[in-house]
Amino acid sequence: MKSMLTLLLISSIATSALFFTGCSGGTDTKAIGSVADAAMKVYVAPGAKDEFYDFASGGFSGQMAVIGLPSGRLIRVIPVFSMDPEKAYGFSEETKPMLMTSHGFIPWDDSHHPEFSMSDGVPDGRFLFINANNTPRVARIDLTDFRTKEILEIPNSSGNHSSPFTTENSEYIVAGTRFSLPIPNEDVSIQAYSEKFKGTLSFVKMDKATGRLSLAFQLMMPGFDYDLAHAGKGPSHDWIFFSCYNTEKANTMLEINASQNDKDFIVAVNWKKCEELAAQGKGQIVNVSYAHNIYNDETHTASSVMEKDVRILTSADTKGNVYYMPTPKSPHGCDVAPNGELIVGGGKLATVIPVLSFSKMLKAIQDGKIDKEIDGIPVLNYKACLAGEVEKPGLGPLHTEFDDKGFAYTSMFVSSEIVKWSLKDFKVVDRVPTYYSIGHLGIPGGDTKKPWGKYVLAYNKITKDRFLPTGPELFQSAQLYDITGEKMKLLLDFPTIGEPHYAQACPADLIVKNSKKIYQLAQNKHPYATKKEADARVVRKGNEVHVYMTSIRSHFAPDNIEGIKVGDKVYWHITNLEQDWDVPHGFAVLGANNSELLIMPGETCTLLWEPKTPGIYPFYCTDFCSALHQEMQGYVRVSPSGSSTALTWNSRK
Amino acid sequence: MTMKSRLFMVLASALLIGLFFVPMWSITLEAPQYPKGYELGILISINEVRGANEFDLQNVNGLNHYIGMKPIDEKAIPELEYMPLIVGVLIAVGLLTSLIGKRQLVIVWLVLLLIAGTLGMYDFYRWEYDYGHNLDPRAAIKIPGMSYQPPLFGSEKLLNITAYSYPALGSYLILLSVALAGWAWWASRKAATKLPLATAGT
Ligand SMILES: [Cu+2]
Repeated sequence: MKSMLTLLLISSIATSALFFTGCSGGTDTKAIGSVADAAMKVYVAPGAKDEFYDFASGGFSGQMAVIGLPSGRLIRVIPVFSMDPEKAYGFSEETKPMLMTSHGFIPWDDSHHPEFSMSDGVPDGRFLFINANNTPRVARIDLTDFRTKEILEIPNSSGNHSSPFTTENSEYIVAGTRFSLPIPNEDVSIQAYSEKFKGTLSFVKMDKATGRLSLAFQLMMPGFDYDLAHAGKGPSHDWIFFSCYNTEKANTMLEINASQNDKDFIVAVNWKKCEELAAQGKGQIVNVSYAHNIYNDETHTASSVMEKDVRILTSADTKGNVYYMPTPKSPHGCDVAPNGELIVGGGKLATVIPVLSFSKMLKAIQDGKIDKEIDGIPVLNYKACLAGEVEKPGLGPLHTEFDDKGFAYTSMFVSSEIVKWSLKDFKVVDRVPTYYSIGHLGIPGGDTKKPWGKYVLAYNKITKDRFLPTGPELFQSAQLYDITGEKMKLLLDFPTIGEPHYAQACPADLIVKNSKKIYQLAQNKHPYATKKEADARVVRKGNEVHVYMTSIRSHFAPDNIEGIKVGDKVYWHITNLEQDWDVPHGFAVLGANNSELLIMPGETCTLLWEPKTPGIYPFYCTDFCSALHQEMQGYVRVSPSGSSTALTWNSRK
Repeated sequence: MTMKSRLFMVLASALLIGLFFVPMWSITLEAPQYPKGYELGILISINEVRGANEFDLQNVNGLNHYIGMKPIDEKAIPELEYMPLIVGVLIAVGLLTSLIGKRQLVIVWLVLLLIAGTLGMYDFYRWEYDYGHNLDPRAAIKIPGMSYQPPLFGSEKLLNITAYSYPALGSYLILLSVALAGWAWWASRKAATKLPLATAGT
């Protein structure tokens, strides 16, 4: 079965099997070595905690998975771009604005690349960014409570794929468009692609104090597909690099038509200079409309505003600060080594792994080693920028990360393996199979200045026979390898949510020390908060009814309400009065056309309920909060519209 | 009393000022839901009852409502009003003792302290008994014959909760104070026999 797959992949690509090694094993014993040894390394005893947090994107689930390493245990799913009825994300009145866009409310997206906020080129444990691919957006997650606090839509973009990579101190978070478009978007013939369609690279500024995002400027680029990015560090601090493919500018059958050039590009942008140019008022302001959604920690409520205008810099504005470096062939990964000097391209269809040199690039610019210009952007000479090539690495190099001992690890989608090679002489030193078809890989801190080179993780696209079958639809999986020795050793397979495109891992301490346990009730500034039971009440405003309700072990106040009428819009504003760790209360009411609420200690959440027929409707706590959780319930009476039932509610007896 | 003894008496009295700032007793509640490192704690001082962590008292009261225990409310404990006065008087008498320098006054002071301490412990026990036995008959959890009085000293398992009751820093201050006063008394006796002329007030 597996060798069949291998054969299929090999023949479909019509390449010689020369490059191919490994990935035909039936059991793992070869990759694992001693099973007991591997088990010892991943076993986290009951009550003990994992050493690393791993944040893996949920891909088409739109969310973010939080995994403990080395155990591979899923410890949290953070809702980001998709509604989540469990946490009422996108269902509660407070979180609905988070999913607003210029296209209206969008319940889903495809989230690809997590990225830590950085200080001096290493994760600082404050925030995690992630991109929405389909309707271009960038989200900021707060790592003190693992909640999405901000979502910024990216205008003039589509398929926000080369995002949200950040500069060395998270000065900027970038967002490069995968699909080029007419800018501004308009009704034109698709055949006009090569002349009318353009790409944009967006620079989102992060406010250091608050983490708040704002769209600073965009670069107008030729109509290629911009794929991934990584910022420079150390000597290359001022620069950021984007990979791009479809430099053929094909608009149909890209699998053939965008695979013709044997070199595409890595774009090098001097963001520091571009920032100055933007500050000087270069370029032009273009009128656009894009959503900016911010969750307020004090009111526990998100708001969405439509922002206007963006500054666009063209190649004429940025002359001398944007260059193309040729890179074989259809590059995906664009990865900068810890020293900030080497830039590794992952050419999906390339037979080598090109390693470009930042210092050589600067020299090539200085010496005018320019092959041609595309739309005013100079194309540097490949050889002049090249540090070296990794020969015969395998098939389908995608993505490279680094350890702290001078080695690089590149994922090979087609030959389904991880290849370890030396940054000194670019020679392959080891390779291990992955099961199957690895996409991205990840080393804790592996794209930063200081990798914690203990493990490499494979995020695989195909699972096939690795787990118990679940019908045609299988989950995707990750694999954990020990990289402390000379040889990589497979330790563990574990399932993931959605499709993990990329992940970021860091030592647990970085996040544990800031982790919140409760929300302070005293600091709750929700306009409908009820801070003590005595204040619980029901208020009618026309056909709107606001229930100011409290929950505490093990009752709601009030828990009997009469005088609701068919046609009313009932807002259940529920405040969890607990100030104790891990004591959420839930809320669900019969016939609600949305989700439950799950309210954390000190928090206020609101559920909109529009009962359609008269009768008695029970409500209850959905989270097993206490021994008398099952008693935590109540009734609401709904009368026909226009009836004279008085609005009444009880207080605690 | 010698100057040294007087000084010790001053110290013994001054140590009691600490009682206004640090708890004398600590009750810690450990349960499966409140494991080691995350226990609930109650700290008892002469002038306040508070949680070891910001919301511990509120959470203890929250849990206690299931068994019908009254919420611990500082306003319902008048001792918190007059205990500071008693300690204040003890401090004043102690300082006066060192000023006057009469050895016998040290003994009087120690006896006063002993009476206050014993009454304090008895009062503490009485409150524990009251909280543990005076339960709301409509409580959700009722176990015939079961009371929930925390131990005066040591640990005891009450349903899912193990209560630990031990002296806190304040109590050690009192012990130190007693030791200092005792030493002041003892040292001045030796001084009296050895150097009768050099002593004052004997
Ligand atoms: Cu509950």
